[in-house]
Order: sequence, then C-alpha cells, then structure tokens
Amino acid sequence: MAIKAEHINYLYGKGTAFEQHALKDVNLEIADGEFVGLIGHTGSGKSTLIQHLNGLLRATDGKLYYNGRNIYEDGYDMRALRSHVGLVFQYPEHQLFEIDVFTDVCFGPKNQGLNKEEAAKRAKEALTMVGLDESYYKRSPFELSGGQKRRVAIAGVLAMNPDVLILDEPTAGLDPKGRDEILDQIKRLHEERNMTIILVSHSMEDVARYVDRILVMNHGEKVFDDTPKEVFQHYKELEAMGLAAPEITYVVQTLKSHGVPIDTSITTIEEARDEIIRLLGK
Amino acid sequence: MGIIKTSKLIFDYIRKDEEENIEEIKRAIDGVSLDLEKGQFIAILGHNGSGKSTFAKQLNAILLPTEGTVWIQDLDTSREENLWEVRKKTGMVFQNPDNQIIGNIVEEDVGFGPENLGVPTEEIWKRVDESLKSVGMAAYRLKSPNRLSGGQKQRVAIAGVMAMRPQCIVLDEPTAMLDPNGRKEVVKTVHELNRKEGITVLLITHYMEEVTGADRVIVMDEGKVVMDGTPREIFSQVEKLKSYRLDVPQVTELAYELKQKGLDLPDGILTLDELMENLLPQFAERFPGEVIPENGGSHGN
Amino acid sequence: MLKDITLGQYYPVESILHKLDPRTKLFGTMVFIISLFIANDIWAYVIATVFLAAAIKLSNVPLKFMVSGLKAIVFLLLISVSFNLFLTPGTAVVSFGFLKITKEGMIVAGFMGIRLIYLVVGSSIMTLTTTPNQLTDGLEKSLGFLNRFRVPVHEVSMMMSIALRFIPILVEETDKIMKAQMARGADFETGNLIQKAKNMIPLLVPLFISAFRRATDLAMAMEARCYRGGEGRTKMKPLKYGNQDRVTYLVYFLYLAIIIGLRILRVQSF
Repeated sequence: MAIKAEHINYLYGKGTAFEQHALKDVNLEIADGEFVGLIGHTGSGKSTLIQHLNGLLRATDGKLYYNGRNIYEDGYDMRALRSHVGLVFQYPEHQLFEIDVFTDVCFGPKNQGLNKEEAAKRAKEALTMVGLDESYYKRSPFELSGGQKRRVAIAGVLAMNPDVLILDEPTAGLDPKGRDEILDQIKRLHEERNMTIILVSHSMEDVARYVDRILVMNHGEKVFDDTPKEVFQHYKELEAMGLAAPEITYVVQTLKSHGVPIDTSITTIEEARDEIIRLLGK
Repeated sequence: MGIIKTSKLIFDYIRKDEEENIEEIKRAIDGVSLDLEKGQFIAILGHNGSGKSTFAKQLNAILLPTEGTVWIQDLDTSREENLWEVRKKTGMVFQNPDNQIIGNIVEEDVGFGPENLGVPTEEIWKRVDESLKSVGMAAYRLKSPNRLSGGQKQRVAIAGVMAMRPQCIVLDEPTAMLDPNGRKEVVKTVHELNRKEGITVLLITHYMEEVTGADRVIVMDEGKVVMDGTPREIFSQVEKLKSYRLDVPQVTELAYELKQKGLDLPDGILTLDELMENLLPQFAERFPGEVIPENGGSHGN
Repeated sequence: MLKDITLGQYYPVESILHKLDPRTKLFGTMVFIISLFIANDIWAYVIATVFLAAAIKLSNVPLKFMVSGLKAIVFLLLISVSFNLFLTPGTAVVSFGFLKITKEGMIVAGFMGIRLIYLVVGSSIMTLTTTPNQLTDGLEKSLGFLNRFRVPVHEVSMMMSIALRFIPILVEETDKIMKAQMARGADFETGNLIQKAKNMIPLLVPLFISAFRRATDLAMAMEARCYRGGEGRTKMKPLKYGNQDRVTYLVYFLYLAIIIGLRILRVQSF
C-alpha cells in the first residue's frame, strides 16, 4: 500500500480571521502502480491535498502513511519522503533556475546526496524519458519554448527516481498536440516503470482516457472514489459541483434518454463509435 | 475595406547578440493578407508557435511589420503619427490575468485607460460604470483584484479595454490560464459584447469549443493562413486540423469517426443537438417503437 | 491565502476620516508624530490621547484592527520598556539583587511605551482609512512641486502604486517557488549563513525572472491602453480639498499649538 490517508483535516490560518477548513476528514488509499485522477473545482482542496502527500503541508488532524509508516511520527525524514513522492506543480517551468538544462535537472539528485556521476546518470535518464535529447543539455532553459521548458521541469522531478509521481495540471496552457504528448509520456512512465501516478486535472476528457480511478473533491471533502465509468454516471451531481463529464458522456446519456439501449458507462470517443456502429448494425 | 486589413504581412523575430550582430532570424508571420469585416466575431486558431499571438500584436502596433502593411480602419499602423489612434481603436486583452491589471481596486483599473486618454473626470466615471455593467462585474467594483477568480479578472480586463470605446477588441489567448468555468465566463462575455454593442471581436485561441459560435474561423500554421471559413466548414476537415496540431470538439470527432465507418452524417457537426438530430432518426429506424427521435424528449423512457 | 493580506490593511467603511483628502491625513500623521516627540509632560500626553481617541472614533474602524499593528512591535516595545525600567538612574522602588526599578525609570518607560504605541496606532489610522492608491495620489500631488526640479513625480508615484499592487502576488509566488524547490529536495532551513544564502539561489533566480516577465507584460498592457507617462493624463479621482479638510487643518494647527505651548510653559520635565 503506497499511500494511506486517515481522517485528514487541514485548516488554513488556524485561529485567524482567515481560517478556512480546506480539507475535511479525507480518507483515501492508493496502491502501488495505480494511475489515479484527482478532479475538483477551483478551491475544492485538490492542490492542498497533494501537498500533504509529500509532506509539504502538515495535516492539522489525522494520519498519513507512506509504505506503512506514519509520516507524522517523531523523527520521520520528510526530505527523504520527497525523494519517493515526486510532485510537479502547475506551470513547473517557473522553477527553472540553473545555467543550463542539464545542471537544472541535476538539482534534485544532488539534493538527494548523489555524487556528480550518479546525478548525471539520473539526469540523462530523466531527459530521455521526457523526450529531450543531448542537443538540449547545454542550452539555457530560458531559451526554450513553453512546452520544452515544461518537459525540463518534469525531468527535474523524474531525476529523483520517485516511486510516486504527482502532477498538478501538467497540460495547463499547452495546445492540443502538446497536451497529448505530455499525457502520452506520462502514460508510458506508468506502463514502463510501474510508477504510481496521481494526475490532477480539469479536463474530464483527459482524465477519462488515461486513469484507472478518479477521486472527486468538493469543498474540501472527497465525494467520489471509483472508476471513470462509475464516476461519470453521476454526471448530474458533478455538474452541480461545477464540474462536467466528458462530452461523450452527454452523448450516450442523451441517446439513452431517448430509448437507445446504449451502455451509459462509455466515456471515450472510440468506445462510443464502436458501440453506435454495433447498435446500428453497420 | 474591412475594419482590419493586412496585406502581405511578414514579421521576423530578430535575435541579436551583445554586439548587435544578428544571431538568429525567425519568421513568425509569412505573408498574411486578411480583410476582416466590422461587427464580426472572428476566431484565430493555431498551435503554439503558429504565429497567431504575433499576428495579434500587429493589430495594435505593439509589433510593427517587417514587410507588408497593417491597416486599422484605414490607418497604417507603421506610421508613428497613427500610433495612439490605432491603440484607441484596437483594444487588447492578454493571456495572464494578473499582468494586465494595474489598479489596486477594480474600478480604478477600468478607469486607467480613459485617464490615459485625457477623458474628463465625469466622463471617466460614466464609462467605468457602463463597462463594468456590460461585463457583469459592477458588484465587484470596490474589490481588490487579488480577491477575484481568473475569469473575473479577465472580465475586468475586458471592461478596462471597453472603457476606451474601441472599435474592435483583440483577445490573445485570454482563456489559456483559466479553468473551464472561467473560460466559459469569458467567452460568454465576449459574445454578448459582440452582439449587444456590435463590437468587432478577434479571439485568438487553441480551444476548439470556444470557436463554434464564431462568424469566421481562421487557422494559422507556420505563420501562414491555412484555413479560412465558417466554423462548420473548418471543423468538417478533422484530419487537416489534426495535421496542424489542433483538435476538434469530441462531438465533431465522434461524428467524423462514425462517418468514416459508413454512417450517413453531414459534415461539420458542432454541437450535441446537431449530432442527436442526425443520429436519433437512424436509431428510430433500427429500433422502431423503442426510440423516440424527437429532441426535447429527455423523459423518453 | 497570503494574497488576502493587503498592505496597510485598508478597511472599507464610511467615515469622516475616510472622506478626508489623503494629503490631509498624511499631514495629520506627520503632525501627530512630531507632537509625540515634543510632548514631555502628562498634560501633553492627555491632549495627545484625546486627539488619538477622537481619530479612532471618527474612523469607524473597529479597535481590533488598530491594535493588530502592535503585534509587529511587541518585541521592540518590550526591549524599550525594559531598558528604561531597569537602567534609568534614580530612587529605587523595587530591587532584585543588582537589578533595580526606579521611580524615574517607571515614568520614562511608561511614556516611552505610550509613545511607541501611539506612533503605531496613529500610522495605522492613516493606512486603515486611506487606500494605497489614494496614498500614492496624495504623495504625487503634494510632491508635485518637485517636477520643477526634473524629479519624475508621476512616474515614481505610478511605480509605488504598481509595487503595492504586485507585492501580494510576488509573496504568493515566492511561496510557490519555495514549495516547488522543496519538492526537489531543496533545504531552506539548515546550514550557516553562507549556506543559507547559497540555498536561496533556486528561490531568487526564478523569482526575479518572474518579476521581470510580469514587468514586461504589464508594460505592454499599459501601452496597449495608451499610457505614455504623466502628460495629458486626467484623474478618475482627482484630489480636491473640501471644507472638512480645511477644518481639519485648523484642528491640527490648534493641537500642535497646544502641545508646543505646554512644552514651553512647563519648563520642568521629569
């Protein structure tokens, strides 16, 4: 069991006029190798939640276990935790600072205590994983395009060899092709390295296509925790929360409401196409 | 001549090193000739790097042509004496909501433009009131921008531009940094402004869903205009759009895929309703009695 | 979260003080501070207290907001009071070994403490009743005479206003960058002074770059809205003195006259 959260509560600005109950009694379990999606409206607590998972924020109440150990117990090494649970923030290219791409990617491994050769090895692997070849190594990160910068930033976290990778809206601001490329790369990481992945996203279509399981946050509470097919059946409730289901969900639900015997758990274009063709006997 | 016209527009980004020697020349706009009609809602689509943002900046003289000409209501943007008139006529809203708000409270930011134009105090207030109302942000006029959501900030930016009474408003990827709700807010606001005030709108974006209501869609790639037509005409060419690194709404793609598999569907289906209009009769034939083809029959079972 | 902390904490409510011209309030704060240094007897402090209390009442701002500014100087207050309490020579009232508290010490410490508190509260009243924009406008207008000496008063005022607007944003960004680097194993806590300074590079470089990027974007947005410096600009909220300002200036004059008068009359201080 990679991550387990028990009755997590978090209050911003406890005791001040700005006190906010950002996380309310959140319980969840994420097993090794899962690919989980985390969705929720702005302010639902999803960013707060992921910062708990690598110890950047400390719960006001509750327990958090990583690989069986409670991270809030005395003497627990939080910095080591961050080597295992990698977190890529939104617009990660804003964290780039070194003189060239290669040195920036080495920052993480160096902080882990690795020597120069080992760090270089990790950096090379990480840059290959995100599809940046040697021609990029000596370039200044600030000369690159937005999409390239983002890949460097992701490589910077991958170079730490985390077991769990959390990505907060990795496709924000990218064009459609850029979005597909990054998500395909993440999918490959999941398949080839059996990394546990948590993907925070606003795009239901993206989430439906890639993840095995979806967690839905609403006003600090976890309200749904199930497969995409199950979660999107609750599309009306999702709408009430300010979220939506993938467009395809609306297609099949509307067909169903008109009497078409179609499987309403369909969430992707391919499934919808095949099912409609099948039903129409073509 | 339309309100915005370009003729053989070429723009190069020139990178110089410390001694002013030319290091690299990148051609961002490669021969664009367009004539945009007053009062229309025009969308410019393109992947990152296609030249669409560079094009937008030509329209209010933030960038000037390397070759070719840009006219805003008959004014040549490259002439220095036209600079302020051009910027008065063409308002611009940028991508980053925070980096275009100058005032410490909403109404002061909206008044910034008129202040620069030397508008008398009383008139400034009139314009600020009207602009805030037209974007639906009047209730927030005394709030600090830091308390607003991304969508609200962009609406304030739009109000700030409207207060200058422009002829057209160019929005350079205004929704790229917003969440889906914020995006909807902004697009809805701009459509309303286009309808009610008759203001010409140029929306630069790579989100397909925002474009279905436009009068005209222009697709750019490698600095050139590669597609130009109504939303329906453009979206029926799914493969071509994909080759330009763009996407289509899921409904459009589904209709396209079904058509590929032999189903009889018209081209360029843009909305859920259109898809249902065309699919339900076919289902009704196949499942007579079970399927009700009429739309609005959502209590169909 | 950090965005909520606006500098100076303007408290939006209707009051006489809120309606005053910012220049009047700037001048008033200056007068009050000067008076605190001139006052040196109990009666002067009583008058100052009356003045301050009247201002607090007239501002319609709840007392707790005034007092919140004091949290910042608690430490300073303690040091100042302790120094004066224990180190002022005179007749001892209480003593613990070599430490003694004198009567004179108590009086000096008391007045020192009051002076500090009044200073902070007095300045808070100004920032609580005046928006940052009004403050910069007030400074811009009152320092307008410097234009004759080629001092770019408008530009400086615009810079101050923009800085005030962006400080909360940059504070939040600092937090984000810190967290992002911590997620990569950066350590901002351990190490000696030199270590800590070096460790700040992954924080400062991205922050500077971000600030420059914002500045470039903002400049473009300002130009797009026809900004070209102070010439030809009109004001949405022009500053004009009203009768309430004139009366207030009169009050200042009287107040200062009384304080100075008391000082001259009571030649004997303690």
